[in-house]
Amino acid sequence: MSTPDKDKKKSFRSAKRMREIMTEYYINAKTASQTGKKVAWITSGGPVEPLIVMDVIPVYPENYGAMIGASHMGGDLCAKAEAMGYSTDLCSYARADIACAVENGGPIGGLPRPDMLVCCNNICGTVLKWYEVLARYFKVPLFVLDTPFCHTEFPDQARAYVRRQFDEYIAFLENACGRPFDEEKSLEVGRLSIEGQRLWKQVLDITAHKPAPMTAFDAFFFLALIVTLRGTQVAVDFYRALLGEIGERIDQGIFALENERYRILWDNLPIWYRLKWLSDTFASHDACLVADTYTTAWCGSMKYIDENNFFESIVEAYTRIYLNIGVDEMAKTVFEMIDKYQVDGLVMHSNRSCKPYSFGQYDIQRMVQEQKGIPTMMIESHMTDERSFSESATKTRIDAFMEIIKASKG
Amino acid sequence: MEAIRSFQKVLDDPVKYIETLSARKKIIGYCCSYTPEEMIHAAGLHPFRLFGLSPDTSAADRHLQAYCCSLVRGVLTDVLTGRLDSLSGAVFPHTCDTIQRLSDIWRLNTGFPFFADVVLPVKLNSQSAREYFEAVLRKFRADLEAGFDITITDEALAVSIKLYNIIRSYLRKIWEIHAARPWLISGSDLNRVAMASMILERETAAAMLADLADGLGRLQAQEGKPRRRVMLVGSLCCQPDIYSILERSGADVVWDDLCTGSRYFEGLVAEGGDPVAAIAERYYSRVICPAKHSSVTARAENIVSAVREHRIDGVIFLMLKFCDPHAFDYPDIKGFLDAQGIPSMLLEIEGGLPPEGALTTRFETFIEML
Repeated sequence: MSTPDKDKKKSFRSAKRMREIMTEYYINAKTASQTGKKVAWITSGGPVEPLIVMDVIPVYPENYGAMIGASHMGGDLCAKAEAMGYSTDLCSYARADIACAVENGGPIGGLPRPDMLVCCNNICGTVLKWYEVLARYFKVPLFVLDTPFCHTEFPDQARAYVRRQFDEYIAFLENACGRPFDEEKSLEVGRLSIEGQRLWKQVLDITAHKPAPMTAFDAFFFLALIVTLRGTQVAVDFYRALLGEIGERIDQGIFALENERYRILWDNLPIWYRLKWLSDTFASHDACLVADTYTTAWCGSMKYIDENNFFESIVEAYTRIYLNIGVDEMAKTVFEMIDKYQVDGLVMHSNRSCKPYSFGQYDIQRMVQEQKGIPTMMIESHMTDERSFSESATKTRIDAFMEIIKASKG
Repeated sequence: MEAIRSFQKVLDDPVKYIETLSARKKIIGYCCSYTPEEMIHAAGLHPFRLFGLSPDTSAADRHLQAYCCSLVRGVLTDVLTGRLDSLSGAVFPHTCDTIQRLSDIWRLNTGFPFFADVVLPVKLNSQSAREYFEAVLRKFRADLEAGFDITITDEALAVSIKLYNIIRSYLRKIWEIHAARPWLISGSDLNRVAMASMILERETAAAMLADLADGLGRLQAQEGKPRRRVMLVGSLCCQPDIYSILERSGADVVWDDLCTGSRYFEGLVAEGGDPVAAIAERYYSRVICPAKHSSVTARAENIVSAVREHRIDGVIFLMLKFCDPHAFDYPDIKGFLDAQGIPSMLLEIEGGLPPEGALTTRFETFIEML
């Protein structure tokens, strides 16, 4: 049985590098007003590439929400938002972030003030409401990129609509920055975006290796760069180095768990304030969370991207991302991952903070049980609000779930 | 009033009503006021508003977590328990995250002959969105035609537009009569009228609304006791009792921002010209719901302007628990009202109402402040 202490010794050197990059990134963002750069707050699924082309620093309240959760500040901040009148049933990222904006608090002393807001509703309707709140509070321009939901298909009408909005988006940026969009630079940014996504996919693919060289918990951590710095050389270099490091570890026989016996697939966002606890709890059963549906979303639309026609093809790629598709389409992805990573069980995080991700999970769960015949379980939480989480009840359920897996697999 | 009794009758058993109607007309369920009902009607079908009125929603537990709103849980329960077996299909405009998933769950777990997602734009402030809106409606027309093997002519659309304009105009007229002389008809009756108008065969609804409006217009009732004038703001209200409890507590709901009220009837479709373009234009520019985006202040401004126009003393936010779009709007709209000196209170409900005594105390406390 592996122990947390041993796992600690095996930390990735890339993790240190990533912290350096993120620190530098936040310093640049927080000093933007001194360096004459503009800052845009953008949703995690939004097209960042045009911002990179325009030399605007993208800032992600959702990435910040993850930081808030991981630093156990979510409960306090969410309570502040509730005192402002926001219901406790709303997304905990949104509640914590709105409280930070108003209180000017939170990790790293708050986010830099935005010059503009870019909201793409391909991940949820919540971001639209959240960014409306931000737009009223900061009194800065808001661009909404409306990506029609693709239950089963991406109709031509929707394609034409999103395509036009990309032109509107670029016009919005040209207006906000007072300079034209650099077509030549956009080719380079597009190339780097594709390269970054390709490398990220390779990083995630590698955990198909038995035993897995890293876990989904590592992926939750390493995700930050493909979200925040997609389209830059920094992200490409980082993931190339990470891939190299993972390769070395496989060669040296260093794996995520000392004795990986069971492989688990995770669905939904992480529970940011219990990452280590969950990792240790599963590890205590020799169970490794080898993959997840969440981090895969940042390379899941690559099939729609045409390298030679990047800015045209991202119309489809950004519209048909994992959360903007029907439950049955999502189930297909889950099935593929079950096969690809050869998992023994599925853990679904029923996330009170994310209704579009969570409603439909019961149907997916049944499809998995019926068609794949593997055990499944649900863990309920608010991803960034630790007040909602019951550790003892969750522990009991995980233990029971692992017993079922052990009984079925031996 | 006799006219009210016929509205009430249909609400007593909406399921029975559509079962009977389904012998001669195909029924299409919908659960959002952005559904282009005119097009369904022009196809010779009957648009039936799904209110999810099943008191026990446990049948939905198999598909939806406890943190899903009672409206969606109720609609799913209705369909899973066979109460909606007389439907021929359903239409889901893109409303909110929850209804978007209800659409998936409905599609995957029911077997009606017809199903359509009408994925309207969320953004309603650009030319591209306006054109997309119209394109989606044209596709919907084609989907209806293919699904039922029919042709929806422009003439049929024009007839339906006219009918819906009559319905919306009479509803508005009745609301205005009530706003001017609240003692003529109770708020709970108005709520029943609104709900029943979305269940009844629309030709019948139009005739009944005309009768009611005429009857109210002629009514020479003595002037009632003046009460405080409040406005109800929320998603939709299927709780006629709220109105009567408020009246007993000393206030009349004289206007609203609800899908069972002004958001349903405000704005008519232009008659003449291209009917689909006209329908698109009405829904594109109607009073906005918080699941859509026009400007970041549109809703607050709409509410304040209704407050001024109808001389409202206070606003009651009727919040359906787990309704994210409304919950996100609430703090800023409340702040906006505060800044204008307009008092407001929040009432969160889930499924049924809180006990009457508790509700009365809360209402009375609020009304005393006005």
